[in-house]
Amino acid sequence: MKNWRLWSGFVLSIVAFISYFTFFNRWPITRDIPWVNFILFVVATVLLIAGVRRSQRKIWSGIVAFLGIAIFAFFVFAVTVATKWLPPSHGAPHVGQKAPDFTLLDSNGKSVTLSELLASSPRVLLVFYRGYW
Amino acid sequence: MRPVAISVDAPQVSENLRRKVGYTFMFLSDPNTEAIRSYDLLHKGEGENGHDIARPAEFLIDKSGTVRWANLTEDLRIRARPEQMLAAAREVR
Repeated sequence: MKNWRLWSGFVLSIVAFISYFTFFNRWPITRDIPWVNFILFVVATVLLIAGVRRSQRKIWSGIVAFLGIAIFAFFVFAVTVATKWLPPSHGAPHVGQKAPDFTLLDSNGKSVTLSELLASSPRVLLVFYRGYW
Repeated sequence: MRPVAISVDAPQVSENLRRKVGYTFMFLSDPNTEAIRSYDLLHKGEGENGHDIARPAEFLIDKSGTVRWANLTEDLRIRARPEQMLAAAREVR
């Protein structure tokens, strides 16, 4: 390929983005601070800039480099700002407080009450999650 | 310790997920966000078509109904790991 630096930089930007959400977020060491992905993005950016410098068609290579760097910028925004948009939850029960009782349907449509669950299993771990809608 | 997953998903949606992934623990459905609101975990308008959903949070409850461990993440990327929750459960007898 004529301008391998440019295109490998672009592909690496995409890989750096996707690999965080599909792979590197599985372990706290690469999840909490996405350093592996940041390194991949820096390498991608170096390749993209080198690709533009060597290119005869500056406008086209410039657009590819811009898109690759835009993916980097979006990633930085996603992991530093967007995932922290959460409501405050000051009223959530604290350690030592009573957990509010509730009755909900399980996945088979059977009614389940927290206090009844606690009667049969001495420790219950409630995991609230966003869901798949 | 009995893990219980709670979301706004309809029972059938959770059942499909449970079967697909092979989870054996209980899933509870809170479409009207009753329990989610009583735990102050409502995330307004974050779901499909602007529906309210739960923000992620984990609570370990003992047999007296008291919260013994809680985790309210400040970042969607950083939720409690299974090891963390098992360690919390080992502390509670």
